[in-house]
Amino acid sequence: MSNNFLSWKANYDTLKERKGPFFTVSSVPIDPLYAPGHTVDIDYQRDLGNPGEYPYTRGVQANMYRGRLWTMRMFAGFATATESNERYKYLLSQGQTGLSVAFDMPTIMGYDSDHPRAYGEVGRVGVAIDSLQDMETLFQDIPLDKVSTSMTINAPASILWAMYIVAAEKQGVPANKLTGTIQNDILKEYIAQKSWIFPPDPSMRLITDIFKFSKDNVPKWNTISISGYHIREAGSTALQELAFTLADGFAYVEAGIKAGLDVDDFAPRLSFFFNSHTDFFEEIAKLRAARRIWARHMKGKYGAKNEKSLLLRFHTQTAGCSLTGPQMENNIVRTAYQAMAAVLGGTQSLHTNSMDEVLALPSEKSVQIALRTQQVLAYETGVTNTIDPLAGSYFVETLTNQMEEGAEEYFRKIDELGGVLGAIRENFFQQEIADAAYRYQKEIESNDRIIVGINGFVNEKKDDKMELLKIDPEVERAQVRKLIALKQSRDNIRVQTTLTDLKEAAKGSDNLIPKIMDSVRAYATEGEIIAVLKDVFGEYREQAVF
Amino acid sequence: MNKTRIRVLVGKPGLDGHDRGAKVIARALRDAGMEVIYSGLHQTPEQLVEAAIQEDVDLIGVSVLSGAHMTIFPRIKELLKEQNAEDILLMGGGTIPEEDIEALITAGHVEALFTPGATTTEIVSWIRERVKLYE
Repeated sequence: MSNNFLSWKANYDTLKERKGPFFTVSSVPIDPLYAPGHTVDIDYQRDLGNPGEYPYTRGVQANMYRGRLWTMRMFAGFATATESNERYKYLLSQGQTGLSVAFDMPTIMGYDSDHPRAYGEVGRVGVAIDSLQDMETLFQDIPLDKVSTSMTINAPASILWAMYIVAAEKQGVPANKLTGTIQNDILKEYIAQKSWIFPPDPSMRLITDIFKFSKDNVPKWNTISISGYHIREAGSTALQELAFTLADGFAYVEAGIKAGLDVDDFAPRLSFFFNSHTDFFEEIAKLRAARRIWARHMKGKYGAKNEKSLLLRFHTQTAGCSLTGPQMENNIVRTAYQAMAAVLGGTQSLHTNSMDEVLALPSEKSVQIALRTQQVLAYETGVTNTIDPLAGSYFVETLTNQMEEGAEEYFRKIDELGGVLGAIRENFFQQEIADAAYRYQKEIESNDRIIVGINGFVNEKKDDKMELLKIDPEVERAQVRKLIALKQSRDNIRVQTTLTDLKEAAKGSDNLIPKIMDSVRAYATEGEIIAVLKDVFGEYREQAVF
Repeated sequence: MNKTRIRVLVGKPGLDGHDRGAKVIARALRDAGMEVIYSGLHQTPEQLVEAAIQEDVDLIGVSVLSGAHMTIFPRIKELLKEQNAEDILLMGGGTIPEEDIEALITAGHVEALFTPGATTTEIVSWIRERVKLYE
């Protein structure tokens, strides 16, 4: 530090400081001031690079938002395919530029709407999709060669992807024209989101089958969205979100290579998904560090030659876990700040939460405000006028470096535990997350962390009642009736034949995607296909820790 | 019956896997000196009630974030009644709108519901007040 800085600091130390503490969410202490001395070791070419140039700290494209804005992609889905189709059309009419499908819990867990386990849950957190018929309805009058669609589905991803591809086929759109993403990230399920079905090995086989099938048949598709969002929502710090997500990413790279692929065959189609939480600068630093870490490891450790294999492209969602029930309108403000952080962090795609998502799925009014939040950001604030505007900031570059160092430390720990799968077995991630979640809650309860409306600026008067989206129980009954009718009208011999073929293939090592597509074409249901795979693969059981 | 510690089953019924709240509560109750059994995920109401009876708990705390609360709480209460285990209290939390909370409590399907923003301190107090320990 320069003498100039030291004399400033000496004076600062004599002044009153308001009540702290001054830490990031990841418990990194924040100095009152950052100055040239903090970033004196940074080398522009080595550590930042220009946008679109290694190590991509400043962005994955040379022109970023000067070329094209991020995709405004609102996660949506509820009740049946008919209602969700209407919501998608509404969102497209309001200016969103990409689709994102939210499925209901039965679909997520591989159960049909008529399964006893599905009772009370059909259409409640997302759309109910039981078969190809529902997928066709979901995209009725939405040309699949003109939109890109992200589907948040993990354990049954292969099936929903097959349904989408076949639905497109029926629209006359060939698979090689399709653009979109399937989340398909099972590792973070074991770690955080917990919507698993099968054990790790067969799950990884399904994922590498998807990598392989995509390469030759659906080349414009992002085969995976390696996610930190859920890890963060489960309670992790920003640093843990960064480290655990990238560790998962490396595990998928290793799985693809082990399955016989060349890294450049599939790495260009790996994508990521991060949270944008409320500590503004920490989130920006996290995203910039993520790009740099990925590029360095892909080039150095995995020897990728194709430049596209080095690019960490990502979608971001603003933090659901930061929203409050009391004074719900404040959530609009939180979401706006978080959206800005995501954009200053260089996201390719963004979902902004609606204010009422604390208690229900978004109403039409709330989701419009959430979309407008992105549009105001894009068109009114000017932050998109130049690329990576915060580069060179003494604070942001210091934080970015600290994030990278912290992540590397975590990678070492994870390696010691035998990699991601070993660490999952040891409950390493799960315990880190539970500890961080507990610590965060305790910080709030001791008023070390103020959340407006919760433990600060609390209203005496009760809030005005909000019109929330309600799912009519009739939705479940209607969906079940439709399913029964489908099972009666389809060629059940053909369904059984395809399922038998699939079962045989599952026991071997053939790529399962073509066989799944055959079953899907015959209108086999998701539950029927999953049941066959469960028979062969078994089910996962966790050893819960808290 | 000699009992010095409150016994609680923290449960996650249904298909929803979001366990952050349930785990934070479980830990807070354990820190407050209670004996806590965590059911794990994807439990049916039948499985929860069976575990509650087997573990001889004073209270079941249930976390529901999937919107299925109007089905799940009544079902658990119904099963407790069927098995003559009505002395086991039922409380919970999750993404439950105000009017549904009122409806569930008024109809006697649940004793109390704590939504996002409630503190672990509040919940511990409520439990200590409601659960009677016998000398």
